[in-house]
Amino acid sequence: MSAVAVNQQNFRTRLAGLGLRELTLIPALILIGFVGWLNNPAFLTADNIVNILQQSSELSILVIAETLILLLAKIDLSLESIVGFAPMLGAWLIATDPSLGGSGIGLNPALAIALVFVTGAAVGAINGFLVVTMRLSPFIVTLSILILLRGMTLGLTNGTTLFDLPDSFLYLGNAKWAGVPASIWIAALLYLVFGIVLRYHRLGRALYAIGGNPEAARVAGIQVDRIVWGTYIVAGLLAALAGLMLSGRIASVVSSQGQNMIFYVFAASVIGGVNLNGGRGRLIGALTGVLLLGVLQNVLTLSQVPSFWIDAVYGAIILLALIFARLTGDRSADN
Amino acid sequence: MQPAAVEVRHVNKLFGAVQVLHDISLKIPQGVARGLVGRNGAGKSTLVSILTGLAEPSSGSVLFGDVAAPARRTSEEWRNKVACVYQRSTLVPTMTVAENLFANAYPGSSRWVNWSRLRVEARRICEEWELGIDVDARASDLRVEQRQVVEIARALAKGSRFIIFDEPTAALESKEVARLFERIRRLKRDGVTLLYISHHLQEIYEICDSVTVLRDGRVIVPDAAVADLPKPKIVEAMVGAEIARAARPAPVLDKAATPALTVEGLNLPGVFGDISFTVAAGEQVGLAGLGGSGKEQVAEAIVGLVKPKSGEVHVAGKPLGFGNVPAAQRLGVSYVPRDRRGRGILPQLSVAENLTLTVQGTLGRFGWIAPGRMNAAARRLYDALSVVASSPRQPVVELSGGNQQKVVMGRALASSPRALVLVYPTQGVDVAAKEAIFDIVAKAQAGGTAALVVSDEVDELRNCQRVLVVFKGRIVREFAAGWNERELIAAIEGVEA
Repeated sequence: MSAVAVNQQNFRTRLAGLGLRELTLIPALILIGFVGWLNNPAFLTADNIVNILQQSSELSILVIAETLILLLAKIDLSLESIVGFAPMLGAWLIATDPSLGGSGIGLNPALAIALVFVTGAAVGAINGFLVVTMRLSPFIVTLSILILLRGMTLGLTNGTTLFDLPDSFLYLGNAKWAGVPASIWIAALLYLVFGIVLRYHRLGRALYAIGGNPEAARVAGIQVDRIVWGTYIVAGLLAALAGLMLSGRIASVVSSQGQNMIFYVFAASVIGGVNLNGGRGRLIGALTGVLLLGVLQNVLTLSQVPSFWIDAVYGAIILLALIFARLTGDRSADN
Repeated sequence: MQPAAVEVRHVNKLFGAVQVLHDISLKIPQGVARGLVGRNGAGKSTLVSILTGLAEPSSGSVLFGDVAAPARRTSEEWRNKVACVYQRSTLVPTMTVAENLFANAYPGSSRWVNWSRLRVEARRICEEWELGIDVDARASDLRVEQRQVVEIARALAKGSRFIIFDEPTAALESKEVARLFERIRRLKRDGVTLLYISHHLQEIYEICDSVTVLRDGRVIVPDAAVADLPKPKIVEAMVGAEIARAARPAPVLDKAATPALTVEGLNLPGVFGDISFTVAAGEQVGLAGLGGSGKEQVAEAIVGLVKPKSGEVHVAGKPLGFGNVPAAQRLGVSYVPRDRRGRGILPQLSVAENLTLTVQGTLGRFGWIAPGRMNAAARRLYDALSVVASSPRQPVVELSGGNQQKVVMGRALASSPRALVLVYPTQGVDVAAKEAIFDIVAKAQAGGTAALVVSDEVDELRNCQRVLVVFKGRIVREFAAGWNERELIAAIEGVEA
């Protein structure tokens, strides 16, 4: 074993001993922040940090949803289309002027908000039905749903953006609680709740059990089918919430809302240590993945990287983060 | 004199420190059908792997027609010498019969596939051997019987004149078995040499000329004409001398009490039928039978993994709903599955979580798991079973096989079950762990748990007060305490001793 390998081994053992195997991204996070601060001292202002957190909040909630699914060794690509479709359906039903793309129905906003969540849950339930009952491949099922919902989002309003939405509909995305955007509070609360459930509740542990060995889980008396189905529904609900928050933050519903988000969801989950083969990974790790992406985006913008090049730099740095995570002893990127 | 078609000379095989074959020598003359028999673990499969080039002997040699066997990893040369028909198909399911017949060695140019020529050649082989199969059919659409036929045809197409049949009838119906035997007789007439492995001794008598018996990796009978070796003699050679073992004291049973487990008229067409028995509290009953006899499915029906068509199961007098594992657990049925890696352990979870999985409900309210309570419960089991791990927090996948099995046992016992269903509970664990596992079962038994041990290993059945023998899905015999090992094995193998 080479000296480097021994060092990695030591580092990993030490982190694992502290129960912090999932925090191997923290050094990378600090490094990128440091570079950002060198480039532009504005990086380290309270406003900018809150800004990063707020912009990451919707992505972070989607990452919770995807992590639950990935722990089961399943996959859900349709989450980003729920982010677009569920709020669009709600806003369309609220809007009174058909000439601006609305339905002309003028639905009560409270009902519309409820409907946003029902839509998310319903899409999750359909995914669950197709995956559990019909035994179809989760990849192709959720890909089809993704395309279908993207198309329906466009079709609903002929591609127009819906503005002038009631305050209650936008509340979750633009309210401030104790001076901090509500979306940050919500995301933080969800991480806390789901983190605890995954660690200390039977259902959370069942996800790990099923992802690790579904047949053994069934033999041990875990109701595998029911839990997989339920998890797809919860993921759909979370995606609907993320969509509502995103609409609130930008005060409108764009027909492309959520588009391409799923790539960043996967990038954040995987560099955060969630294994695509199921059964391994923790929410705290996934959160560091989200923060890494958020900080990176911010630093690239502040560093005045030409906007057309940002995505390329972004992709390259995600790759580097994966390699870095591997060198510090993380095994989640194993195929 | 004509050279032997196959000759094995002084072959030894070691896996690590374990010697599985001891100085094996045997000779099969050209055109002879030789039977190879032995109990599980006698070394048959290892010998087949060596004869087909999948494994290399640690010492000794193999010759085909007086020529040394090809070097290992020259699979093409091996396939020209020998072919093996397993229970499981080795065809590529998505390819056609014609493609499978010539897998990777298409007629004509080696780089390009000449489809018309491929079909013509394939059809010629099928006609020559009267196989009656459409060469354009996909392998996955064939029945087991047809697949075997294609495998035989493939071997012949490659010019191989030595074919090994490894339990070929396990998945066949009786009519198909008759047709297979007809084909085998034809191969014999055409001078093909055969090695035929089966648990069903009747088949050996039906189609083999001579027989070789293995036991514990040694040749017991090198070569005897079947006519000279009646069944009792074969069974004796397979079993050997009975080993005297310290018997555990038999529990005192309350005959009047409601049995812990009552099975009545359990029926699943094609798998098992008319299965009825009882197990008293504190009793240990064996359910023995060959692989494929249906005994494991009976166990799965009791624990809720398989839904039988009809019949009833009562646990301590209460009726059990079928096909529902949690419901069976609530009634007090625990299960130790056979395939530890595939169905037993939850690899990513810790030893403590694996141990307490069945009692999670008692570790906190509303499904929450209090870490303190879980660790205390796990610690009790961990100590009682003397699991060897760095700590109860270690992922269970890192443990040795024997310790993993103890963890699976511990999980089954955690809920203090009324009925414990164990399928091959000591398979693949070392001798020390084996004894430890028997001790654990005995302790549970003393506490009033009824145990049902599903196995065909005499070793695992030796603590049973009674043993029921399942043959082809029916209970055919019951042995009372003090059963005779040889008679039991004869019943399991389906022969009268």
